Amino acid sequence: MHEMSIANSLLEALRTEALRFPGKHIEKVGVRVGALAGVDPDALRFCFEVLVKDSGLQPLELDIDYQPRRHVCQLCGESFDARYEDTVCPRCGVADSIFLSGEELELAYLEVEDAPHIERART
Amino acid sequence: MHRISKEHEHKILNENSRIAERLRAHFAEHGILCLNIISAPGAGKTTLLERTLEALPRETRVAVITADIQTDNDALRLARFGFPVKHITTGGACHLEAPMIERALEDLDHDDLDLLLIENVGNLVCPASYDLGEAAKIVVLSCAEGDDKPLKYPAIFFKAELLVLTKTDLLPYVQFDIDAAERNAHRQRKGLEVVRVSAISGAGIAPWLQWLERKRHAVRVEAAVD
Repeated sequence: MHEMSIANSLLEALRTEALRFPGKHIEKVGVRVGALAGVDPDALRFCFEVLVKDSGLQPLELDIDYQPRRHVCQLCGESFDARYEDTVCPRCGVADSIFLSGEELELAYLEVEDAPHIERART
Repeated sequence: MHRISKEHEHKILNENSRIAERLRAHFAEHGILCLNIISAPGAGKTTLLERTLEALPRETRVAVITADIQTDNDALRLARFGFPVKHITTGGACHLEAPMIERALEDLDHDDLDLLLIENVGNLVCPASYDLGEAAKIVVLSCAEGDDKPLKYPAIFFKAELLVLTKTDLLPYVQFDIDAAERNAHRQRKGLEVVRVSAISGAGIAPWLQWLERKRHAVRVEAAVD
């Protein structure tokens, strides 16, 4: 199980983010996890909850946005969710599709306590 | 409450990726082919490496990094061939991360290499998530396993450039359908190259070494151009 290590990396990333909002508390973090990221969302949630307890970042809510594996059909151009055993186009029935997305493992958004002077986070 | 969108700018494994990219640049600059070999426990990674090391010309500048949760048995097996071997005992961690490779390289004379073979911890899940700066991931699947493994562990079959099907000498005795295994792997990655190998009979070792030589040549040419 490597979700503990990933949850730890997530908290490290959040500590860096927190420096940009001095005196403000990050209340919620949104994370995108693709079907091909090799990460189990439930295990990640469990590990995150264990680690966040004594992190100094608590209370902090985790929102996991699980992204399906997307393919695009080479013949008709239809894009569709590919299942593990099946990458056949649901529209034209042809098994000739290419990978579009589904490898995400990234921070999607932060919710910071009201800080009206912050218009947009710079990176 | 103020929501700040991070869009696609922030990878969670940023630190690992940063170090992996540093390693990749170093390997490219020095013409070193780095390969990250991944499989379930017992698929035959170490045996494949034994056959590889014994077949390589003595002047080959190759080093091996092995990793296990406990014991350095694999490193001892591979050190017999006279090439440098560095072992990483992960002490519980189920995969290698880029900083571990960077530290291991400090103990190897790595500027003088042209081939670095990394034998990852036996695990088909976690190593898939960690870039080690390699030129390619190789997934090893043995005929003693299930031919549906590429369906059960899609990420690693999707990310690998080469599938090595090992222990083909067992095919008469097991239920493993090797053509089905290849088909399943190609569902995860079209164009995934495949070699079928038996370390016992030696069948398929030549095509594997040819693949290796082709990749080494490509890396050397690129380093010379840059």
